[in-house]
Amino acid sequence: MTDVNSPDFLKSFRDASLVKSVITKIHQRITQPWTLMEICGGQTHAIMQYGLDQLLPQEVELVHGPGCPVCVTALELIDQALWIAQQPDVIFTSFGDMLRVPGSEEDLFSVRASGGQIRVVYSPLDAVKIAEENPDREVVFFAIGFETTAPANAMAVIQAKKLGLKNFSILPANVLVPPAMQVILASPKNRIQGFLAAGHVCAVMGYWEYPPIAEKYKTPIVVTGFEPLDLVNGILKTITMLEEGQVSVANTYPRVVTFQGNQAAQTLIKQVFKPVDRNWRGIGTIPKSGYGLQETFREFDASKRFDIGNIKTEESEICIAGQVLQGLKKPSQCPAFGTLCTPESPLGAPMVSSEGACSAYFRYGRN
Amino acid sequence: MCLGIPGKIISIFDNHGTKMARIDFGGVSQEVCIEITPEAKPGDWTVVHAGFALNLLSEKDAQETLNILREMSELAEQEDSIHGD
Repeated sequence: MTDVNSPDFLKSFRDASLVKSVITKIHQRITQPWTLMEICGGQTHAIMQYGLDQLLPQEVELVHGPGCPVCVTALELIDQALWIAQQPDVIFTSFGDMLRVPGSEEDLFSVRASGGQIRVVYSPLDAVKIAEENPDREVVFFAIGFETTAPANAMAVIQAKKLGLKNFSILPANVLVPPAMQVILASPKNRIQGFLAAGHVCAVMGYWEYPPIAEKYKTPIVVTGFEPLDLVNGILKTITMLEEGQVSVANTYPRVVTFQGNQAAQTLIKQVFKPVDRNWRGIGTIPKSGYGLQETFREFDASKRFDIGNIKTEESEICIAGQVLQGLKKPSQCPAFGTLCTPESPLGAPMVSSEGACSAYFRYGRN
Repeated sequence: MCLGIPGKIISIFDNHGTKMARIDFGGVSQEVCIEITPEAKPGDWTVVHAGFALNLLSEKDAQETLNILREMSELAEQEDSIHGD
């Protein structure tokens, strides 16, 4: 997000008159209903924060995607994190979003309230620093996130190895966007006709993985940024491609994203991680949709370092998070929305996260 | 989570062999790892996520996007005024 001290070339992406004229153009171009999915939860929030959804033609339906790592992190992994965080010699480190996500019985906040050593970090490298400063403790970092966060998670492991730290490990939980897009498109219930691809995932990975997906499922994919002008520009491009019957991939965020992506970042990721099958909360297991540690970094895997044993998971019976994350239902269609489930007392992860669709609906009053 | 904040690089330094930069975010400065943006230099703008500079921001590409949209906006206004006559 830009601020008052930003240069004009960044501030202009919040220029109200330009945003308005792009929206006018969308109204002019559209001739029939189209259903688009913005994959990234950050985009869902920005769209609602600026009220862009309410300015678009009725024919545009925006469906909110699973791009909220906190929301899709498997319950088993959260329960494992809770188990590790309760061990007496452990300092458990995590991004702040994760603390209130409900596990089967409790969340990290309640573990902290009961005396668990849980620290919120801004960067995975901060967790490495905590390990350096506390040699008598096991320091574990909950390595969640999409491809955007993978280089930072990878770097933490490399740094720990370089420093010879024996008391640092990560709970690998990274998830990957393209396999999830394919699952959504392959579903018999799929309604998505065009994708707004997540700009910062593409900043790292590029968008070379997308043309075969667009082609296979006859669905245009448009790399989109996060400012209001970026969002409406991405929507305009997608609508134009749909109206003209173009099935390809476009980039409306070229100031940050290139086709090949950040090569140094991809090399770093490959050095540390390998694709593994991963269970997505509310969606199920998706082949090769997560990152596990390469054999050479196996010693840094917290799930192997700790003898966690079998954990029996239990989801809320009321919460419809899985259907929300697949774009099958809107948050406001959940019987618990805003009553039994609120950001202060969430039943499901999408109500917790600053990127969750349920939290966006609650915060911006989309009932 | 995938939020990226634009910031301006103030200085570059080395921390135990890891490339780092001090970056200004509208008056607040923070140490950020630039290991995956090794070409970064003071004065450059970058997008930062989880303490990592993901990529440098291209002013040229930003201007090109804005020029296309401004041109489209002007054309739409002209069309409107023609239809209005």
